[in-house]
Amino acid sequence: MAPSDNRRSGFSRRAQYSTFFAYLAAVAGALVGVAALAVSLSGGSAFAGLRSAASDAAAPGGSAVAAGRSGSLGVIETVGGYFFAASRNARLTRELAEARTRLVEAEGIAQENARLKALLGLAQGDQRPVVYTRMTASSASSTRRFATIAAGARDGVQVGMPVRTPIGLIGRVLEVGSGSSRVLLISDSESVVPARRSTDGIPAFVQGRGDGSVQVRLINLGINPLKKGDVLVTSGSGGLYRPNTAICMVVKLTRDGAIARMLSDPAASDHVAVDRVWSVPVPPPVAASSAAPASPGSGGSAP
Amino acid sequence: MIVLRKPKVLDLRLERRINRAPSLLLASSVPWLLVMAGSLVPLWFVISSAPVLPPFGFLILVAWKQLRPGLLPMWAGLPLGVFDDLYSGQPFGSGIFLWSLAMIVLDVVEMRIPWRNFAIEWLVGAAIIAAYVLACLGIANAGGGSTSAVVVVPQLVVSILLYPLVGRMVAVFDRFRLLPIRKLD
Repeated sequence: MAPSDNRRSGFSRRAQYSTFFAYLAAVAGALVGVAALAVSLSGGSAFAGLRSAASDAAAPGGSAVAAGRSGSLGVIETVGGYFFAASRNARLTRELAEARTRLVEAEGIAQENARLKALLGLAQGDQRPVVYTRMTASSASSTRRFATIAAGARDGVQVGMPVRTPIGLIGRVLEVGSGSSRVLLISDSESVVPARRSTDGIPAFVQGRGDGSVQVRLINLGINPLKKGDVLVTSGSGGLYRPNTAICMVVKLTRDGAIARMLSDPAASDHVAVDRVWSVPVPPPVAASSAAPASPGSGGSAP
Repeated sequence: MIVLRKPKVLDLRLERRINRAPSLLLASSVPWLLVMAGSLVPLWFVISSAPVLPPFGFLILVAWKQLRPGLLPMWAGLPLGVFDDLYSGQPFGSGIFLWSLAMIVLDVVEMRIPWRNFAIEWLVGAAIIAAYVLACLGIANAGGGSTSAVVVVPQLVVSILLYPLVGRMVAVFDRFRLLPIRKLD
């Protein structure tokens, strides 16, 4: 493309000055960026309010698109479903029959649990989610993994609340606006969730890797007991995440743990539930108030 | 990059050229709005668990700067970077800094290589996009993350391949910006 003539300042002092000041303004902009970066990297939440206000402002657009997005996902699944319809139908029918039996058994166990807990006098607390909502946006071009949900302080959402789908854990609330909140996804590399293997309770940490998979780090070192297909659930250690919410499934073993896939892919989840912050229940007071005071943290250390 | 077929939809408007001039509001606001839309709107369409989308806001900014070098003022990186930082998920200030820097670098390139063809523009664009994506990764990691550079490779490839297309889109919006719709009396 041809260069534009009007950008040559020549001998005009006025034009020279305006070119000079334009550069000065650009450099000043870069310096403002450096200053803002220094503030935000030093760990301050100085810009959290600004960001919440901005996500509140953009929430209507995001909500409108979110409705359409789940619709379009449905179309793809419907078309894909035609290819293996018959075999899948047979398999699902078989699995459903098994699952029904298991469900009845699980109901029995849940009832027994409730009875035993009542016997021990453990306070259950309110277990219903605070709010059901949609995910409206995600930081799809940054290596940090954040998402925005369409519920905020108006709906009772508070910082730290876990966010999940019916399938599994997605993340936790980081910043709350009035009608929208920012969620730190568990695939973010700064997110650490205390977990355990669903079958035998081997303790581990689940840390994000930034690319949709997570790293499972075992707390006990030694022979790696994990296998492909193992499912990890939250352990509830240190509070925050309620125990027994599914997180991820192991797909590849490493030397000191494994790499796992998140069970509930945020891309495929339509609605999410925001749970209450879970706190480790204080053990009931010992009947004979003996010497040793009960330690409040029943689990491992908080990450 | 700007030689385009006349869009059929615009034909009727373009016929009436005599006694018409571009609307000042449209001509001056479209570049800003397009960059802002590029920062915000694509994030609504994909809820992703990995960085897959190109940084569209930045791509559009680079394309405007290459298509119309003097159109956006040199300080445009500041306000547009602020807007991008609000939604991108990067540590606040990363957009302000990198976008301001990109404006300066592109201006220097424009002065050094005044006659550019498609290949040179793509090459310059690719270089600056690659630098931007890697710098964003570095800043995000400095702000608490620990993501490896392998994660951004797909995004990098997609961004560079998509850049000419973004340039064409910006050129279409440039025509739209200069539609002669204001009547001169």
